[in-house]
Amino acid sequence: MADREFGFETQCLHAGQLPDAATGARAAPIYQTTSYVFDSTDHAASLFNLQTFGNVYSRMMNPTNAMLEERLATLEGGRAGLVVGSGMAAQMVALLTLLESGDELVSASTLYGGTYSQFDYSFRRMGINTHFVDPDDPENFAKAITPATKAVYAETIGNPLNNVLDISAVAKIAHDAGVPLVIDNTFGTPYLCRPFEHGADIVVHSVTKWIGGHGSSIGGAVIESGKFPWDNGKFPGMTEPSKGYHGIRFYETFGDFGFVTKARMETLRTLGPSMSPLSAFLFLQGLETLPLRMDRHCTNTLAVARFLDDHPLVSWVKYAGLPDNPYHQLAQKYLPKGAGGVLTFGIRGGQAAGIRFIESAQFLSHLANVGDAKTLVIHPASTTHRQLNEEEQASAGVSPDMVRMSVGLETLDDILWDIEQALAKSQES
Amino acid sequence: MSTDIETLRRILGASQVIAVVGLSANWWRPSYFAAKYMQDHGYRIIPVNPNYKEILGERCYPSLEDIPDDINIDIVDVFQRAELAPPLAHSAVAIGAKIFWLQLGIVNDEAADIARQGGLGVVMDYCVKIEHGRLMGGLNLFGVSTGVISAKRPKWLVY
Ligand SMILES: Cc1ncc(COP(=O)(O)O)c(C=O)c1O
Repeated sequence: MADREFGFETQCLHAGQLPDAATGARAAPIYQTTSYVFDSTDHAASLFNLQTFGNVYSRMMNPTNAMLEERLATLEGGRAGLVVGSGMAAQMVALLTLLESGDELVSASTLYGGTYSQFDYSFRRMGINTHFVDPDDPENFAKAITPATKAVYAETIGNPLNNVLDISAVAKIAHDAGVPLVIDNTFGTPYLCRPFEHGADIVVHSVTKWIGGHGSSIGGAVIESGKFPWDNGKFPGMTEPSKGYHGIRFYETFGDFGFVTKARMETLRTLGPSMSPLSAFLFLQGLETLPLRMDRHCTNTLAVARFLDDHPLVSWVKYAGLPDNPYHQLAQKYLPKGAGGVLTFGIRGGQAAGIRFIESAQFLSHLANVGDAKTLVIHPASTTHRQLNEEEQASAGVSPDMVRMSVGLETLDDILWDIEQALAKSQES
Repeated sequence: MSTDIETLRRILGASQVIAVVGLSANWWRPSYFAAKYMQDHGYRIIPVNPNYKEILGERCYPSLEDIPDDINIDIVDVFQRAELAPPLAHSAVAIGAKIFWLQLGIVNDEAADIARQGGLGVVMDYCVKIEHGRLMGGLNLFGVSTGVISAKRPKWLVY
């Protein structure tokens, strides 16, 4: 009898987590330990050689983290996953597993500000050059690819521009050049969009956001599809004996989970940005309700977008769920269940009115995060994208009058009420 | 052809002796990884490779037919190019093995038919180590999506 293909909601609750073998505990145990005893020196050697699966040290692996890794990999429709200490660490671990000094990255310019800085500042210091391109025309990626390019990078929905990527078009361009497409699916979540189904090869997440949904922990994840042909000649690090790990050939030995294993045993092991098992437990709790929360985030966000769109004090609204949004077509293709939980808008009165709006809100929280169950607001030009100059801000889609809102799960009428009263106050001087 | 979880569990649970055809003595080769893992998990490994005398502390035989009759082979596990599989399927039938297993990446329908006609169970294009780790625990510790969904307490401990 063929194995049942379980639905997304079932996998949110069960994937990666059987009852605990030792105790029968049904909830995920928090394995708060750094290390694991070896049965013998031979057992230890097998573990270090990766000849047997098992735990050595929690910088690389931990049973609670492993449950989250398997659950995320399953939800994305991928082969294997790795969790790390933050979304930034996830991008770093994924990309430093692929690129070394002298290699190049081609990335969408419309990125979370911290990501832009990671590529533009930190990676350049390591000799890895990023070419930033306008992602609206996929051909721009093709034009920027050189023989030194080792990966193409973009966000499903750009933060904060709210632009939707034509994933399959960019995937084709990456594959024509023999390199993987890495997608930051933080704003999509696997409930709204599964980039692997559209040709992406590696997905990274800031699980800090909707995956957790509680705004209580920082974390990230790297997931591989298991389908990229690493033996195409461009990735000797996957096919040749590893200098970083006992001469193992990761692709030959681990096949369709070779990339994640290399990321774990070389990059995470030597750079060290691990996730705490307590955080992993909290993210597992969050994932249990991901579908319910995302449905509500999307309906609330669309309702807020419509409300703002009709409001005389609002000059523009960007949300791909609105039919007249330039990304609406792409959103219908890639995000059919909803265009996500974030919108941006401009207030009449520019920067000063934007700041007064944010400071006048009663329960809309003014902070630098998205994807909390609570509604969050921020003025990107003066906060998240402050490190960028005006030109870079514009290229990342940030204008001085822009307010970004991550719409939460409060009573919709209350959210609209708070927006209305804060908009009114934004016009007072 | 994909093999369902119940069938794989039954095969791995009922088998004790695995003849590994094409086993390498080099510790970093996938065949050695798989055989060492299975040996560590209680299976007896019978190496089959004309180039070696002994691997993993077990005597190595040049061919399946050279394995003495008093060793009952449950699984013939093949690490060879796909085109070499049909004669190995005949040999697996001849020595009375129960399962003919072609490793990950090895697909040969003719060999599978030979083995099935000879009364053997067939697993094709799977790694014996990965499937053991997937279904008896271990692979999940490496973040791999196992496809296992269950509310029954596992009766094994990972080691
Ligand atoms: C799209 C996106 N990617 C990555 C990150 C970085 O994640 P973290 O804050 O978990 O390091 C963020 C955080 O704001 C984000 O919005």
